[in-house]
Amino acid sequence: MFGRLTIEALPLYSAIAAGGAAVTVGGALLVAIVITWLKGWKYLWTEWLTSVDHKRIGIMYIVLALIMLLRGFVDAIMMRAQQAVALNSGGYLPPEHFDQIFSSHGTIMIFFMAMPFMTGLLNIAVPLQIGTRDVAFPFLNSLSLWLSAAGAGLVMVSLVIGKFSTAGWTGYPPYSGIAYSPGVGVDYWIWALLISGVGSTLSGINFLVTILKRRAPGMTLMRMPPFTWTAFCASLLMAFAFPALTVACLLLALDRLLGMHFFTNELGGNMMNYVNLFWIWGHPEVYILILPAFGVFSEVVATFCRKRLFGYESLVYATMAIGILSFTVWLHHFFTMGSSANVNAFFGVTTMIIAVPTGVKVFNWLLTMYRGRITFHPSMLWTVGFIVTFVIGGMTGVLLAMPPVDFLLHNTTFLVAHFHNMIIPGVLFGYLAGYMYWFPKAFGFKMNESWGKAAFWFWIVGFYLAFMPLYVLGLMGMPRRMEQYNDPSWQPWLVAASMGAVLILIGIACLVMQLVASIRDRKQAADLTGDPYDGATLEWATASPPPPYNFALLPEVRDREPLRDMKERGVSGAPAGTYQDIEIPMNSPVGVILGGLAFVLGFAVVWYIWWLAIVCGLAMWAVLIWRASDDHTDIILTAAEVEHMERARYRALEAARTAGRA
Amino acid sequence: MSTHAPAAHGHPHAEAAEIHEQRALGFWLYLMGDAVIFALLFMTYGIMVGNTAGGPTGKQLFDLNNAAVETALLLSSSITFGFATLAARQMSRQAALAWLAVTFVLGAGFIFLEVREFVGLIRAGAGPDRSGFLSAFFTLVGTHGTHVSFGLVWIVILGAQIAIKGLTLPVTSRLYRLGLFWHFLDIAWVGIFSVVYLPGLL
Amino acid sequence: MNGAGSVKQAVGIVRCAAIALFALLAAACDRAVVLNPKGPIADAERGLLFDAFGVMMIVVVPVIVMTFIFAWRYRAGRNARYEPKWDSSFTVDTVVWAIPAVIVIAVAVLVWRSTHKLDPYRPIAANGPPVHIEVVAQDWKWLFIYPKQGVAAVNQMAIPAGRPVSLRITSDTVMNSFYVPALAGQIYAMAGMQTRLQLLADAPGKFVGRNTQYSGGGFSDQFFEVVATTPNDFEAWIARARQSTARLDRPTYARLAEKSRLNPVVYYSAVEPRLFEVIIEKYAGPHAHGAAAPARR
Repeated sequence: MFGRLTIEALPLYSAIAAGGAAVTVGGALLVAIVITWLKGWKYLWTEWLTSVDHKRIGIMYIVLALIMLLRGFVDAIMMRAQQAVALNSGGYLPPEHFDQIFSSHGTIMIFFMAMPFMTGLLNIAVPLQIGTRDVAFPFLNSLSLWLSAAGAGLVMVSLVIGKFSTAGWTGYPPYSGIAYSPGVGVDYWIWALLISGVGSTLSGINFLVTILKRRAPGMTLMRMPPFTWTAFCASLLMAFAFPALTVACLLLALDRLLGMHFFTNELGGNMMNYVNLFWIWGHPEVYILILPAFGVFSEVVATFCRKRLFGYESLVYATMAIGILSFTVWLHHFFTMGSSANVNAFFGVTTMIIAVPTGVKVFNWLLTMYRGRITFHPSMLWTVGFIVTFVIGGMTGVLLAMPPVDFLLHNTTFLVAHFHNMIIPGVLFGYLAGYMYWFPKAFGFKMNESWGKAAFWFWIVGFYLAFMPLYVLGLMGMPRRMEQYNDPSWQPWLVAASMGAVLILIGIACLVMQLVASIRDRKQAADLTGDPYDGATLEWATASPPPPYNFALLPEVRDREPLRDMKERGVSGAPAGTYQDIEIPMNSPVGVILGGLAFVLGFAVVWYIWWLAIVCGLAMWAVLIWRASDDHTDIILTAAEVEHMERARYRALEAARTAGRA
Repeated sequence: MSTHAPAAHGHPHAEAAEIHEQRALGFWLYLMGDAVIFALLFMTYGIMVGNTAGGPTGKQLFDLNNAAVETALLLSSSITFGFATLAARQMSRQAALAWLAVTFVLGAGFIFLEVREFVGLIRAGAGPDRSGFLSAFFTLVGTHGTHVSFGLVWIVILGAQIAIKGLTLPVTSRLYRLGLFWHFLDIAWVGIFSVVYLPGLL
Repeated sequence: MNGAGSVKQAVGIVRCAAIALFALLAAACDRAVVLNPKGPIADAERGLLFDAFGVMMIVVVPVIVMTFIFAWRYRAGRNARYEPKWDSSFTVDTVVWAIPAVIVIAVAVLVWRSTHKLDPYRPIAANGPPVHIEVVAQDWKWLFIYPKQGVAAVNQMAIPAGRPVSLRITSDTVMNSFYVPALAGQIYAMAGMQTRLQLLADAPGKFVGRNTQYSGGGFSDQFFEVVATTPNDFEAWIARARQSTARLDRPTYARLAEKSRLNPVVYYSAVEPRLFEVIIEKYAGPHAHGAAAPARR
């Protein structure tokens, strides 16, 4: 009836694990109680969970990302604390718990923090930047969101029921095979990735079509804002790299469930194939995450230097070059697997070539700052902090791209320091910059800058304190993922790194405070113009938050900086022309229902509850078929209604202007 | 938004065409992603074809006659699907339905032969858990078979839509995308036939 | 204004921090095994690390300095020169692409040459014939078989200093990574396959070896000792192993291969012939790839 699910699955094996479970359950209950108390369920359901509006979907993605950031960070600081004390002792975490934590940290940060954060920013900014009313497939967009949430839910449930994988975020077999990891952990990992991976593939396709087919009149490819360009390349990679992850996870699942021999030690398995498949996805994934962050930096640097972006064409070509090259470097993740010198050298060289377009981008941002008028909005601080820090990470990356150097430093904390040195400034700083940059667009009021700046300083100092010691430890030969160690010379560095984690914790607290303070002061910080930074691109040409249809009349684009061009031509105010009926997609519960079914399906397969898996699978098909046969998925906003909404906006704006003058 | 009536039948024509164009592009992109999956499964098969672990090889197991009949069924089903599309273009509902039915029968015949082959192999002790080679074989061919099965379900649904709704623009645009899917599976099968079945016998 | 005072104070704090950091770094350099190689292979790999680091500094330092200078100089309110429309320049674009390209070409040449020179499969051309050792990764320990001498040891690898050592490596469990940072870089150990590694210790000494690839609960304890000795002491070590009462036959091996943590050093006076090949064939099958399947195709 319940497969292999028994009462034993509760995490009573350690007080810390039980505590983690209690916090998770308690937190979920608390949220549910608050929503009930506020009588918010109906509002939440009709306005948010069933929404197919890209702006709301974007916000929900980022809420998911921020929650998972907290969870992933708790994992991180627990690891740092363990390693700070575990000299010749077991510390406070037994191996089987420590190993779950490093696995869930990586899995969560990549798949359920960075990916949703990135997709959220794409959702909020891209359709507005290209001057369209929605993404190409609004319902699919909602489905992608809920599949991501279902995957994240599976990872969170593993905290309470059963255990998570101990095989690391890369899940290398044969360790992750059934012979060496017979528990449910690896299955949780596989199904969380498979389900959210489908969502990511669909998001990639959705944004590719949106960007290719739905740009405002006059917006040629070479007039697209830099963020949209990076979103385009990232979507291309999502659509074509994620299938590799799907295959890798699926074959591993077949090994585990049906006793196949793709990656087993015996009977003709070949685990090297998994490693190749995983990284054929894994390296493009790095750029799926990093390219949109590069796009944010390009937007932010131009806006807050009050200058046109330098070398737009170079940046576009560099983005495309990075996107293509990212498929040619995967083997550098395993130079130590015994490939021939020719193969290793080839992949070493292709890896270095990626440094060229990346270097070009850095120079272009610098040259945009050159002879600009820089204001240090928090987003700009993240950008400057990124440039300085990322260059260091890039340098250690080039070192690791040399196979003989990699032989020395692979799998050590030097490698851990390197990729955090790329991902934290290159991805997270970029997303936080984008979050603070587009927040007023999404909500209609500006964020508190003081807390934002405080967050930045704690994050960046904490980053250096946490990760520079790991470089040193790598040079001292310390492998990654050690639950305890016997070399006393490592400990001071590990203690320093844990102090860095504490600073980052304060940085995260500042982010929370910033959000709280911003919501508290929303009246004073309201932005009625929709254009708080005197922006140049189309997202600033509409109200904040934008109306459901984004633009009452589709803007006409004549320049790479369309809004600045309109301002210069004096046509950026209330649109001239008559309003027309606008068709907008109707909210639909199907996305959230399918996400819920996918979650239960994943859970059922993890625990071998086959009847439930079959029921869920059939239900998903039924719902999908019902939806696919539905021809009435849109509603019409009449011209009069549009006019009413637009008039109200301009009246409020005018009133605010008069009040400001008086 | 209670005041808004659902959109009346159909969009303005140009806009509708644009929407279907977007869906077609989206579907093409999906198929390319699917092609990546097949490419990687082919690659995996290529790596594992020699890993028989002392078990049977393809040469000992595969029946070229069966594979040839499967090929004939699937390829002719693609042709009959083409006739269904033509009939739909000429707004001939009955003909479209009839050709879809023929396509379904041919596709179901293909699946029947494949399942029979699989069951035979498993009974003979050459199941997917026997060796890396057989895991790769069952997964590659089975993935294709799963696609064809989904295609069959889809044919039934679309047939029902044609019967109930008629050949409206949304329905014909779905038919177009199903056609892409069906022909794509043909191409994938030709790959399987040449990579899996032929070398085992030559 | 007390700007000057606080600046002085800040400089003082930075200076103290810098001194503390350098003290720590100096201590670390001493213990940083990667920076203190004890053999020619690790030494060459470190040399490459330094060379590439130096080349990279040509671009890294100016970028960081420029970032700070521009951020300071062009901040709003300072009224430095402002050119809001300056957004492209053919000359600048060319330079911007050329600088990283030139550096990458230089480093790429370095990569190509060094990767071939330091291929772990390439025998070390030095001082006489190599010592052959067969290495087996187990949960969670290392077994070293000396096929020519007919002895074996767990968690201790003795090598004669000054003589090249040629390792054949496999795993009797999940993937491991064999790593003796003082002597050479690492290579994976995989079941049913064989990888190779060459190393050489310049002088007698003791070094730590580890598995760096996470392999389960006992991973943290999976270290071993490399003892580089004089030629005479090496013979003495072999002789001592030969005096051990334990013999590594199949049943003994099967017991050894079971999971265990912090295994003490054990010597075996005799080893079943072809044991290393048998361990590989257990997974790869006897007819899969001849005697020992190489990881390299």
